[in-house]
Amino acid sequence: MKLLIVDDSHIMQRAIGKYLENDHFTLVGSASDGEAAMQMFSQYLPDVVTLDITMPKMDGLTCLEKMLSLKPDAKILIVSALKDSITGLQALKKGAKGFLAKPFTAAELQNEIDEILGQMNDRN
Amino acid sequence: MTETELKATIKIVTEYFLNITNIPAVMGLPYIKKDTDLAFAYTGLIGISGARRGGVYYTAGKELLADFAQFILGEETLDEDALNDLVGEMTNTIAGNMREVFGATFLISVPIVLRGQIDTISMRLKPPVFIIPINWNEHTSHLAIGLE
Repeated sequence: MKLLIVDDSHIMQRAIGKYLENDHFTLVGSASDGEAAMQMFSQYLPDVVTLDITMPKMDGLTCLEKMLSLKPDAKILIVSALKDSITGLQALKKGAKGFLAKPFTAAELQNEIDEILGQMNDRN
Repeated sequence: MTETELKATIKIVTEYFLNITNIPAVMGLPYIKKDTDLAFAYTGLIGISGARRGGVYYTAGKELLADFAQFILGEETLDEDALNDLVGEMTNTIAGNMREVFGATFLISVPIVLRGQIDTISMRLKPPVFIIPINWNEHTSHLAIGLE
């Protein structure tokens, strides 16, 4: 399964990559801003994306809509510090499969990813 | 800022350090920033707009950042770019979590990272600027908040 990590922090990119390295993912890329994320998404059409919201050039919620217009079945997990219920609901309404608030542990990220993959398996 | 807002912010910072490292951070009594208060070597600054205007910065030394990174990345050593990145991300997370208190109209910018003593550091912060001293794992750092 192809994974794309989008976060304007390189530390967070590395952490997320590390937390998910034992999963069944092939990391196709890590992007630090919304425009780079869209370029990588168009190129690789990943199955799963972890997507930050507050980023330079294009915010994550705009990316989310654009990604889903290119690949409606992409599983997108929003990973953001914006810890308020309105932002979470907005993301889910726009088609995100989950919302994980920063800070999080490796186990919490794994649970969210398992949840998303569970949704995929249920549907298949 | 009201006392309730300050207390809620302290709770956010406390939970942040505990969640990532399992080591509690001890918050000192907040006070109004004086001209003699110095920043540490690395500072992340976030501008606030929307219903509230001003800024938030978190400032820390290299030793704290290097120790903190161990809990996120394990044994890796951080270079200068990574230390800058980390202080920006810590500020971003704390400011983003403050939306729990201030609501979705508390809009945060992407972080700007500053090095050393910068005279204009408080330019974006609206007085009075409150300093929250933070002691974690024998390292001192502080969070500054200045909102209209």
